[in-house]
Amino acid sequence: MEILKYAIYRFGTMLLTLLVVSVLVFAIINLPPGDYLSNQIAELQATGQSAGVAKAEFLRQEYALDKPLWQQYMIWMGFMPGPHGFSGMIQGNFGWSFEFDSPVADIVGDTLWLTVLVNLAAVLFVYAVALPLGVLAAARARTWVDYTSAFVGYLGLATPNFLLALILFYYGHRWFDLPIGGLMDPMFEDMPMTWEKVKSILTHLIVPTFVIGTAGASAMMQRLRANMLDELGKPYVETAIAKGMKSSRMLAKYPLRVAFNPFVADIGNLLPSMISGSVLVSVVLGLQTIGPSLLQALKSQDMFLSGFVLMFVALLTLIGTMVSDVLLVLLDPRIRYEGRGA
Amino acid sequence: MRPLLTVENLSIGFGKGEPVVKDVSFAVQPGETLALVGESGSGKTISCRAALRILPKAAQLRTGRILLETRGQSLDLATLDERRMRDVRGNIVSMIFQEPMRSLSPLHRIGNQVSEVLWLHGRKSERAARKEVLECFERVGFPDPERTYRSYPFELSGGMRQRAMIAMAMVAKPDLLIADEPTTALDVTTQAQVLGLMKELQRETGMAMILVTHDLGVVANMAEQVVVMHKGRVMEAGPAEPMLRAPAHPYTRALFDAAPEIPDEAVVAIPPSRDDLIMEMKSVSKTYTLRASKGWQAPTLIHACREIDLRVTRGETLAIVGESGSGKTTAARIALGAELPDPGGEVLFHPAAGQPPIAVHDMDRATRTAFQRRAQMVFQDPYSSLSPRMRIQDTLVEPLEIHGIGSRSERRDKAAEMLRLVGLSPNMLKRYPHAFSGGQRQRLSIARALMLDPALIVCDEPTSALDVSVQEQILKLLEEIRDQQNLSYLFISHDLAVVARIADEVAVMRRGLIVEQAPPETLFYNPQHPYTKALIAAQPEPDIDRPIDLNLVAQGAGAPECWPEEFRFNGIQAPPLVNLSHLEAGHKVRCHA
Repeated sequence: MEILKYAIYRFGTMLLTLLVVSVLVFAIINLPPGDYLSNQIAELQATGQSAGVAKAEFLRQEYALDKPLWQQYMIWMGFMPGPHGFSGMIQGNFGWSFEFDSPVADIVGDTLWLTVLVNLAAVLFVYAVALPLGVLAAARARTWVDYTSAFVGYLGLATPNFLLALILFYYGHRWFDLPIGGLMDPMFEDMPMTWEKVKSILTHLIVPTFVIGTAGASAMMQRLRANMLDELGKPYVETAIAKGMKSSRMLAKYPLRVAFNPFVADIGNLLPSMISGSVLVSVVLGLQTIGPSLLQALKSQDMFLSGFVLMFVALLTLIGTMVSDVLLVLLDPRIRYEGRGA
Repeated sequence: MRPLLTVENLSIGFGKGEPVVKDVSFAVQPGETLALVGESGSGKTISCRAALRILPKAAQLRTGRILLETRGQSLDLATLDERRMRDVRGNIVSMIFQEPMRSLSPLHRIGNQVSEVLWLHGRKSERAARKEVLECFERVGFPDPERTYRSYPFELSGGMRQRAMIAMAMVAKPDLLIADEPTTALDVTTQAQVLGLMKELQRETGMAMILVTHDLGVVANMAEQVVVMHKGRVMEAGPAEPMLRAPAHPYTRALFDAAPEIPDEAVVAIPPSRDDLIMEMKSVSKTYTLRASKGWQAPTLIHACREIDLRVTRGETLAIVGESGSGKTTAARIALGAELPDPGGEVLFHPAAGQPPIAVHDMDRATRTAFQRRAQMVFQDPYSSLSPRMRIQDTLVEPLEIHGIGSRSERRDKAAEMLRLVGLSPNMLKRYPHAFSGGQRQRLSIARALMLDPALIVCDEPTSALDVSVQEQILKLLEEIRDQQNLSYLFISHDLAVVARIADEVAVMRRGLIVEQAPPETLFYNPQHPYTKALIAAQPEPDIDRPIDLNLVAQGAGAPECWPEEFRFNGIQAPPLVNLSHLEAGHKVRCHA
């Protein structure tokens, strides 16, 4: 029950944070002088195309860009009626992308969940690889097991992602007949979900997951190893051995539980760093994730699109932090009982 | 009778180096207590851990046999394979470690960690194990076993955690219990109670015990057999009583001489004169506010110090004695200006006789700098109070640099001089702290405190992390420097025996209050307050004819609500501090007159 209360409380603070973030995001995308439309109007006027100017002027009014900044924000968020009544983020209207000349929702549509999918797969990969290897490296510290895993890990950390991507594509295709580029076969794009489509997506996921996850996995592995080594020297480990515990069981029950905390706390950080880190990989691999759209939108000052993408990344981060906070409270009684008083 | 455990010619070494344990042999009879006595580095811990083969990874058992004869089998623990070793650990031979704070996993419930012993040795279903553990909890003195079963270690006090450790070690009814300094980290009254408990349990179950300790007082109270170790070798071994009465080996005798003792003959005490004070604390209180976890609850107030009135006379030592949580350290921190007292309290510092006093908590920048030069501190833990990344020279001259005193070469000369003063050689200036032993480090801390030529030094348990023989040397050094430099000490300690030696006046604190105050001779000869009596009774003495009186300890160390009528206090309602000058000069006790 306590935990449910805490989760609700954390959800409330998350919403508040999101509100603050929205102000920041809006401020940041408005920091560069001008906006997409005024740039375009200036360009059109310079080349003397007055018809385009009229359309751009119409769009300016349509999207309330002629209003003061704070009103623009309120309209964008949907706290204030704009030219079309209440129609903002909270009403589910994400705005218009000037660059692509279509609603933001249509542009990001599919890529949203594909982004989540790719990054979730990468996070799972990170944990699945780093956990056993880190524990093994600590338990067999200063033996060949430790040195080999450290060597492979540093290789993973040091190899540029795009290079790794190219190598994996080449050999993956040659030896395992893995597809190259994209997140699904082109024939499935815009098709309804079928078993075939799922299979295609899964096979396309293998290489990107590996590429995006390697660096994170090796960093996490080394940290887990260091944490575990710290814990292994603690007296409670000796106590467990003195009870007559098998060392493998002891490792999993005692030191790992303690060493695990930082990794749970990391979930929140992992998501955004992977999304921003995977932009380059997505471009190289031709993944339909949100990263390339963000890059494009920021470059052309396509404010509603970039604003939406930034908000989305912020939301993912906040959800990640919330999940890790709630998990930590579940995992660690010291956090759970903190403040309960002695 | 055949011994339960026989250690023969045991040698243990690290890497290619000389063995750290050489040719050690001893034997434990069933039901008997053997004490392994020695200072840190004597190899006592590693010898006893060898019996369970819980050794550092790099340690090698080089030679020797460790024979365990029990339950109709004879096992050599030195060569037993790992799987059968696991059956011995926790089941036939169990172990208690030194630090109850860290020897339990912080993330698992006490009940789970204790029942695990029974699950591991496959004798019990979960329900039966739980029942047995609850009985064991009750036996080791938990008032509410069910609640303890559900508790996490951080919810228990140090003494209670050590009880949980004892329960964990006892629950499988082992034949041999190895206790590695089980009470060193505990307060003296808690130590007495835990030792009493261990002895009782031993009497009930008939198990044998190996007690590793550096404290001869503990040995006198607990052991039938004693093995004295020094530098990895056995110096002297034999039955406890004759050895404690007449130690044969010079090293054992030296250990005895170093052990501080509470004097038990009456000496007429001269209370310190009051005309040349260096520091006065006037009705100093400190209340901390713990924010409640729920918004609608009132915050909890913690009265760390209440109405402390203390005076330190120039050139003398005032000691504050009490258990952890009694407020003694808070009082010292307030005296140095590190904490602000509650309004109404005042600390006055007299830099020199006849000069106007400084109000420690109302200073401008210049006065504060001047005050800091005259009042310094020596900390408890010499291992963490010196920066491992700074050479000794840099550590020593740093205070001079901060205060901008002297030229570079003058500072260095001063550092060399101070090193000589504390009994170290000036050619050690270039070394780093890790090259020094605990005692040497504490000398370094003292040298650092002396660099600014202070008038007052606050010593916060300066010897509690040290071996007895080293403690003796440090106390001697502190006394010498005090007399030579006309220093005054505010000396914080939990150890009455240490205080008995160095102090001119002692204030005993409990729950933030001074409960009794007197010159040490008076205090030890004629203690009035039940808590003081408990402290004195709980002090283990290396005298076999003076065992710890557990009743006295239990009465005085209990809650103030359970003290005899005239001393009792409830919550923050406390009786006043009454002057007993009609009995002895300078003797005060907190009671209803």
